[in-house]
Amino acid sequence: METVIIIVAGVLVTVATYLLLSKNLIRVILGTAILTHAVHLLLMAMGGFKGESVPIISDKHTTYVDALPQALILTSIVISFAVTAFFLVLAYQVYKRTNTDDLSKLRGYRHE
Amino acid sequence: MNNLIVLPMVLPLLTGVFIVFFKSYIQVQRWGTFILLLVNVGISVIILRQIQIDGIISIDFGGWAAPFGILFVADSFAALLVLTTNIVSAICVLYAMPTIGKRRETFYFYPFVNFLVAGVNGSFLTGDIFNLFVTFEVMLLASYALITLGGTRLQLKESLKYIAINVVSSSLFLIAIAYLYGTLGTLNMAHLSMRIAESGQTPLLTVISLLFLIVFSLKSGLLLYQWLPGSYSTPPTAIAALFGALLTKVGIYALFRTFTLLFYHEQQITHTLIAIMAGVTLIGGCIGAIAYNNIRQIVAYNVVIAVGFILVGLAIMNTTAIEGAIYYLVHDMIVKALLFLLAGTMIYLTKSEKLDEMSGLIRNYPSLGWMFFITVLSLTGIPPLSGFIGKVLLGQGAIVAESYILLLLSFMSGFVVLYSLLRIFMSCFWGETIISEEEETPLSKKVIFPSAILVVLTFALGFGAESIAPYVQDAAYTLTNPSVYINAILPD
Repeated sequence: METVIIIVAGVLVTVATYLLLSKNLIRVILGTAILTHAVHLLLMAMGGFKGESVPIISDKHTTYVDALPQALILTSIVISFAVTAFFLVLAYQVYKRTNTDDLSKLRGYRHE
Repeated sequence: MNNLIVLPMVLPLLTGVFIVFFKSYIQVQRWGTFILLLVNVGISVIILRQIQIDGIISIDFGGWAAPFGILFVADSFAALLVLTTNIVSAICVLYAMPTIGKRRETFYFYPFVNFLVAGVNGSFLTGDIFNLFVTFEVMLLASYALITLGGTRLQLKESLKYIAINVVSSSLFLIAIAYLYGTLGTLNMAHLSMRIAESGQTPLLTVISLLFLIVFSLKSGLLLYQWLPGSYSTPPTAIAALFGALLTKVGIYALFRTFTLLFYHEQQITHTLIAIMAGVTLIGGCIGAIAYNNIRQIVAYNVVIAVGFILVGLAIMNTTAIEGAIYYLVHDMIVKALLFLLAGTMIYLTKSEKLDEMSGLIRNYPSLGWMFFITVLSLTGIPPLSGFIGKVLLGQGAIVAESYILLLLSFMSGFVVLYSLLRIFMSCFWGETIISEEEETPLSKKVIFPSAILVVLTFALGFGAESIAPYVQDAAYTLTNPSVYINAILPD
């Protein structure tokens, strides 16, 4: 199971890298979103899937899955949600002000 | 008493939330933030003195004992930085009041400053590496909002890059944390340090440490500083000063923490790499500081030079050098804020950012000119001012460790700093006065007063180096002896 998850995470990182390197602003933002998903999967795989049951103490099971990575993922999802939302709004503002979403036309300081 | 160390993070958060409800009552927002920061200064002084008496203070949230729960830890290093952060932000807020503009003030400038300070203080005080990620994000989200606040075209363009690079580096940070948890099964920094010491720093751990190095280098602008000059030179002066003084310093703090507490076993790999990166940063920063004709860019490249300089201390890694780096870190937070404020004031008065469009300002604004001159001296490290002691100690450390190349590079960078800033001084303050007395924009006391406080502080830090010496020595001692930190958190 870990192997599958790791491979999926790797594929997602590849996709994210491709998107991040494109010139289209929306693609870059989607790239960052996918990258964080890949990281979440990696975190989950790092916790391992060895336990028999959810981490609630009961009589039937003796081993439990590690709950900590899930707490970390949950925190990180909330953060990445906020960041992506902010980033999308910013992209919209940039598009409204400059009429372009092409990053090569959005070069900064010296070209103003 | 231990509960005190939560306050530098919790108070700004609460104040930030509280003053959001006072959108149209700007005075409440202004003075609420300012008074809070003063309270924080007081609290951090108390913490600092308490550490001298009781040793490292820590608090386990919810009573979950050390390796299991999240905790805050205050050692002298963290407490010194928290103190400086709050002083500098209070002064930046004071500068923002007359200059930032009503629109930005009503659009929640002050709440965001509060959240930024909360994030910065939290990053300094946390003792858990995932918690460090979270506080970093608190700080970064506030900084995203601040850097875009006002929404001029240039600001929007530059902030895109700033945000993109920080989001990617945050993902890398998480990846590094995931691997670290996968190999060691803990996130508490003291516990991590103990386990790394027990198992030895295996090649796998060294690779993870390099991932951390990349992440924190991106945040602090060590070698990977290419995003920095652009994004630090677009926001309004008060915000740029906050960024220049605080944000890169958090990255530097994280580098110091991880590479003195956790990954200090394979120094010939990690610390050599840091040395090379610091050297290249110094050279690159120097080239940038000389190359540009725009005051804001020159000032931003000076931030880069300072980052390289401070990390030379970490690369050398002996007590004297680290002591010097800590002195210089505190000095740099104060003086960089001052430099940004003065440069911003010059731009505000002349409505121009170009060197060749200003001349003879000393006749119009003598106080500004003298303050700028003192700043130049302080940054270069002329004796009575605050930069001196840090440079001397760092130089001594470098000589003891026989790293002569780093020594040469770091002291040569001092000359470039002097040259780049004297260039501003000579072309803007000397020469023919081109603004007549009738045409000049009046320089109000409110605008110059915050800079004056910082000038006093740089003198005070220079003359009073002896009085903060015990704290700096204790900080350097804790950093070079990880067992002190571990024993304070995990007593058995």
